[in-house]
Parts: sequence; structure tokens; C-alpha cells
Amino acid sequence: MPQSRPLRSLKVGDKAIIAQVNAEGELGRRIRDMGLVPGAEVEIVGRAPLKDPVALRLRGFTLSLRNNEADNILVATPEE
Amino acid sequence: MTNASQNVSAASAPGKEPGKGSGKDAALSTYTIALAGNPNAGKSTLFNALTGARTHVGNYPGITVEKKVGQVRTSDAVLNVVDLPGTYSLTAYSAEELVARDFLVEERPQAVVDVLNAGSLERNLYLAVQFLELGIPVVLGLNMMDEARKMGMVVDAKRLGELLGCPAVELVARTGTGVRELTAAATRLAKERQGRWKPVEISYGPDLDPVLAEMSAAIMTKSFLSSRYPARWVALKYLENDSQIRELGVQADPVLSAWLEERAAHVAAHLRTTLSTYPEAVIADYRYGFIASVLKGGVVTRDNLGDRLAFSDRLDQVLTHKLLGPVLMLGVLYLVYQITFTVGKVPMEWTQNLFALMAKLVEGALPEGLLRSLLVDGIIAGVGGVMGFVPLVMLIFLLIAFLEDSGYMARIAYMLDRVFRIFGLHGCSVMPFIISGGIAGGCAVPGVMASRTLRSPKERLATILTAPFMTCGAKLPVLILLASVFFPDSQAQVLFGMTLLGWAMALAVAWMLRSSMVRGEATPFVMELPPYRLPTWRGLAIHTWERTWQYMKKAGSMILAVSIVVWAAMTFPGVDEDKAASFEAAKAEIAAKIEAIEAPAAPGTAADSKDEAPALGSEAPAQGEEAATAQAAEPEGLDALKEKLADIEKREAAEGLSASLAGRLGASLEPLTRYAGFDWRTNIALVGGFAAKEVIISTLGTAYSLGKVDKDDAAPLAEMLSAEGLTVAGGLALMVFILLYSPCFPTVVAIGKETGSWKWSVFSMTFNTVFAYGLAVAVFQFGTRLF
Repeated sequence: MPQSRPLRSLKVGDKAIIAQVNAEGELGRRIRDMGLVPGAEVEIVGRAPLKDPVALRLRGFTLSLRNNEADNILVATPEE
Repeated sequence: MTNASQNVSAASAPGKEPGKGSGKDAALSTYTIALAGNPNAGKSTLFNALTGARTHVGNYPGITVEKKVGQVRTSDAVLNVVDLPGTYSLTAYSAEELVARDFLVEERPQAVVDVLNAGSLERNLYLAVQFLELGIPVVLGLNMMDEARKMGMVVDAKRLGELLGCPAVELVARTGTGVRELTAAATRLAKERQGRWKPVEISYGPDLDPVLAEMSAAIMTKSFLSSRYPARWVALKYLENDSQIRELGVQADPVLSAWLEERAAHVAAHLRTTLSTYPEAVIADYRYGFIASVLKGGVVTRDNLGDRLAFSDRLDQVLTHKLLGPVLMLGVLYLVYQITFTVGKVPMEWTQNLFALMAKLVEGALPEGLLRSLLVDGIIAGVGGVMGFVPLVMLIFLLIAFLEDSGYMARIAYMLDRVFRIFGLHGCSVMPFIISGGIAGGCAVPGVMASRTLRSPKERLATILTAPFMTCGAKLPVLILLASVFFPDSQAQVLFGMTLLGWAMALAVAWMLRSSMVRGEATPFVMELPPYRLPTWRGLAIHTWERTWQYMKKAGSMILAVSIVVWAAMTFPGVDEDKAASFEAAKAEIAAKIEAIEAPAAPGTAADSKDEAPALGSEAPAQGEEAATAQAAEPEGLDALKEKLADIEKREAAEGLSASLAGRLGASLEPLTRYAGFDWRTNIALVGGFAAKEVIISTLGTAYSLGKVDKDDAAPLAEMLSAEGLTVAGGLALMVFILLYSPCFPTVVAIGKETGSWKWSVFSMTFNTVFAYGLAVAVFQFGTRLF
């Protein structure tokens, strides 16, 4: 089982599998509605000029979320 | 394409024409079809392709989400298509989702057409599954099939339909491909099901399924909320903590509701301790799991994944690059502003000239008096002032539609979010600010309306309330005039400073609001960055026209009423009878003298004029020396007399203004505004500025007895102001006040409409004025001590 780490720590170009989403309430709902659920594969495609928000690719579309929102998401990266 | 145009012509023939189609109409059944789908799935493109431009745009009750209704006629049915707001889900969190849900439940449309982006089917099906769970008859419209094909995806619509148990139609809404098939499928389903709901059950796994079964059984035996929702769906919503359903439940049956809540809490606690997760998360997992299993059942096959987005990604590498991105963005924003105000100026002048011409015609056709004044100074000036903005507003909406439809607007929000978030705003707040005059010269009315692109309610409200602080095009001439009087050597710097002050105050007040009246957690940013697309002309035209038309409707109704009120306030009660009589008398006297002098130029002789002059003069109350001097200085006397007449008229106008309601208000406010350095004349002008800021100059002109001052040639007013002893500190205070005080009336109306509550209109009028007053007093008091 690969190590889980926060989504924020990924660099542009990194790919990972979502392991856990720890957000409740509206934020949790919005994150899940967009398909960020455990098992989904994501790739970091970019960061805004001020490093925040971050742009992700998942399920064939691009999604952006703020770093503090990404902190609620833990991902598993394939062992380097 | 053919079917789209056929639908347009069909939709444009209303059924009320006698003889032509009424007999056939009786046989046609009418169905209500709701159009739903994710944002960016091409829902509005499809709506336009279905119904053409002839749609009815309104708002859903109570909120500002647009409701569009259009009609489609096929050979065997009439479909009333209702455009639901674009949503990703059907929860109770956002106004859009609640509206969509309530419409389905309360209006019970015979079918829902769910538009899906075939390229990201997985996420798009998340909403479709929720419709199926609700049980409403669904037709899937797999849109953007061309793009999906280009990215190497083969989507088997038929297989998808079989697996989900609902018709699925392939679409390319941009070109109209498949639209006819979609209408046919929707009609067939509506006929077949006659609006009956058939909820689909999805398994939510060993932890939730048993409790869902137990809860639905209890709900069913008590017929709890069963007139509106299926039992299992209600149970699911209790597990999801859905606030709306829980409230309805408490009203319907408090005992059962409490029991359901207790069961839900029990399961939640169990999930937390055993799996450290929540029911909501489990439900989402299983829904996505269900979708994945459907898609794996031969629906989607792909050869080279991700190809479609490659182009978009390459563009993003430049357009959101950490150095190039912001530079290009500034360029784009500047261009939007430049195009709007250089290109827009021309038709804007046309409309303004048109209203000026109308005013002239009315002036010529009617005798001087109240009716003429009402028509010319009240209605034509007021409505014309607002209608003059129509070309500008149209152009801005066109450019915004382009930025939105192309996908660039989302990138602007993405790049600027970090900055705006500090002040409790959102990346999308930048557009309303810029249009309102963030680059000096905008207009707050379209600016406030541009805030529609913001999907987060609190950030949106804070943006709407602060955008009017910007240096709009109507404040600009007033500020330029004052800068030229008080800072003749550094006008540009002062104006730039005012623009910066506008930004600083907007951001500061936004921050204040977000930490007080509009307090609350930042709305999650979680936002889709749609792939870049070239907008279609048709889509741009329809978007632009819809928004412009709404603006014009506002101008036609509300603003007409207020123009009249403001005019009345500046006209009545007017000077008292004695004074009016003495003005009239003085005018008559001089007019008589002018006539007397001018008469000899006509066929008569000099002797005639001498006979006549005293005869007329004796009727005027004051004669004697004035008559004598006029006769003595006969050569230049004519010009001097005309000047005198004009002078009296100006004095009369000034007296009339000061005696009017607005004037009395100005005078009564003087004890208060003295601290900011404003006298009663300035106060009147500021009151007039509420109708439209550019009115400040002309009202100041009237108040200082200068007659009508043209805003393009205000030099005499400038001289007068400095001669009247307004100090530099006073001038600066006045500029600050004008920049920040109550938005003009059209903006106030826009605020009311956009926030859905007149409370915020009143708030912006009072708060901004008090705030501006406070700052102006500070500037004046400090300035007076400093200079």
C-alpha cells in the first residue's frame, strides 16, 4: 500500500489516485459532486501564477480548487 | 441544421392565429419538458437550437437565477421547454440546485432532457443518476459527440440507454445535429410515461442498504412526503443531511422525522468509527461506482485518451503562465475596456443625439411651462440618459459573452482568485469591477449585471455592493472639472489617484462587509476550467440580446418613474408667487425694451420707437433710470439688454432650484455638510447627481446662476467655483465624496434586481453616502489644517 499524502504536495505533472476526502458539508459535497472520490485518478496540470489555486485533470475534464481545499484530499502516489 | 431552423419557424408561429392552425392544435398534446445538465455541457446552446431566439426570460421566484421558457412544435406535440439552471448535482446547497429540484418536484414536467458532455461522461452522468433516482422520465442528450470522437472516444449511446433504462440521443448542439431526434425522443417518452415517476434503485453497499430499506419502509407506511418524493429518495436525503427535506419532514410528521434523523445519526456514527467516513461520502462513492460499472459495460471505448484536451492544455501553458498569463490578462481586460468605450462611444452619441433631438422637437412644439419642463428635463433627460447607455451595455455583454463562452473567463478567475480572496471576494469579481470603472470610465449598471458570472452568493453580493465605488464614466467629467480647478498642474495624477482610491475603497469595504454583514465561510472555489472553444455567433448574439433587453426593460419602467420624481423634487414647489411675479415683471420689462430697440430695424422710423417705448415701459413696475440708460446707450444696448434678460432667467432658475424640494434639502443639510466643506449649492448638485452623476455639473451650473453648463465646456463653472472660494481641501473632499457616495439611481435599481432584494439598494444608498461623508469630512478637516 503506497503512502498517502496531501494533494497540495504534488507538483505539476504528477499523477495520483485519490485515497481519502476529509471534507464535510458544502465543501465536501462540491468536491465529491465533481468526481473527486476515492479511487479517482488525478493529474496536476497547472498552478495559477500565485501558486494557488491548482488545476487538476480528472475523468476527462479540468478542475481548479484552492490549496486549502486541496488539503482535505489525501492521495496515493505510485512508489517512485 | 434543418430541423433547428424548422423549429425556429415553428416556434415563431403562435398558436392563437385563428383558422390557420387552431383546428390542428386541438389534437396536439402539450408537454412540459425541463432542460437540465452540468454547466459547460452546452445546455444553453441546445436550448437555443431547440427553441430559437424567441424565448421568455424571467427569474425563478425569490432568487435571481434566470428562468428561460421556449416553445417547440413538432408534428404531433407542443413542447414547452423550461431551461433549468446548470448544476452538477441535486443537493440543497446552492440556490441553483434547489431551484432545479423544486421545479421538477412541484411542476412535474413530463420529461427531463439531461444534456451531457460526451467527453466527460462519467462526471456528467452523476446528475443523470440523481434524476433516475428521483424517478422522473429522463432523456439523455449526449452532446459534443464531435469533440468526443476527436479525442478518440467511441460512445455507444444506445447501449448507455439500455443500461440506464432511458432513451439516449447523440447530439452536436452547435450544429443542430441530433436535435430533431432528441425532440422526438422526449415527445415519445412524455407520451408513454404520462409523467409517471419510476425511481431507480442503486445499491449503496452493506452499510447503507439495510438502513435505507428500513427507513423507506417506515416512510411508505406513513405516506411521509409521498405526494412529492419517492420514499427511498427521502431516506437517502435524510442520510445526506439534506436541510430542505429535513425541514419539510419536521413540518409533515415530527415524530417520524425525528426517528429518521436518529437512524441517520446512528449510521453516521457507525461509519465514522468503523471506516472514518460519512454517509454522504459513501453515497457519492457508490454513485460513481455505479456509473463506472455502466460505462465499462461497453458504453465507452477509447484509443488515445486525453488528446482532445491537448490543444487546450497548450493554450493554458501560455495563457495561465506565471509571468505571461497575468500580462496577457491585463492586455485582454484593457482591450475589453478599450473596445467598449471607443467603439461604443459612437452609437452612444447617436442615441444621445436622438434624445437631444427629441428634446428639441418637444421644446419647439410645446409652450414654455410645466408640461414641457416635465417632458424635456424630466422624462427625456432621465430615460434618455439611461437609454444612452444601451449601446455600451450591449457591447460589454457581447464581450463578456465571448470571454465566458470561450472559456477564458474561468481562467481569469483562476489567476486572480488568490488576490481577491484576501478581501473575501472571488476571482470572478474582477470583471464587474473593471466594467464599473476599475479602468476609469466604465459604468456600474452593466458592471453590477456582470456579477452574474459569480456563482458564489456571498462573494457575489460583496462584489455588487462595492463595484459602484469605481470611477465610472459619469463621475469622470465631474472629477476632471474639479481636478482642473483645484489641481491644475497635476490633473492626470489626481485622476489616477481617484481611480486607485476607488479600487482601494471597493476592496476595503468588500472586506468589511465579508467580515460583518455578509459574513461566512468562503464559498468553495471548486470550479471547472472548461476547454477553450470558439464561441458561435448565434450563441453570442442570443446571450447579448437577452441581457441587453432586460436592461432596457428596467430603463423603461423603474427609471421613468424616478426621472419624474427627481424632476419634481427639483422643480416644486418653486419660488413663491411674489418672487415669481417680480421675475416675470423684470423679464417683461427688459423684453419690452428689447422690442422697442429692435422695432426701428423693422419698417418703422426712429420716432415710432420713441413713442412706443415709454408707453410699454409705463406698464412695468420699475422704469425711470433703466429705461433712460437703455435709450442712452442705444448702439450696444441691445446686447446688454439681452444679456440682462439671460441673467434674470439664470437667476430665476437658480432661485427656483433653491426653493425646490431638492434645494431645501440641500440647504437643510448645510449644517452637516459644512464639516466637509460643501455649501447648499453643492448639496443640491449632489442630490441631483443621484439621478445620474453627470447631472452634478449642470446642476452646479444652475445653482451658481450660470444657466445650463455643458459638461464638455465647463470653464465658466470652473472659474466660478474657484472665485467662490472653494478651497483645495474642499475640492478634494468633494471629489472623494462624489467618487464614493450613493450609486446613481439606475445602479441602485440594478443592485435591487441583481440581489433580489430592495434592502440592498437602500443599504448601498445610505451606507455609501455615510461612508463617503465620513471620508470627505476627514479629508476636509485634515486638508484645511495642512494647506
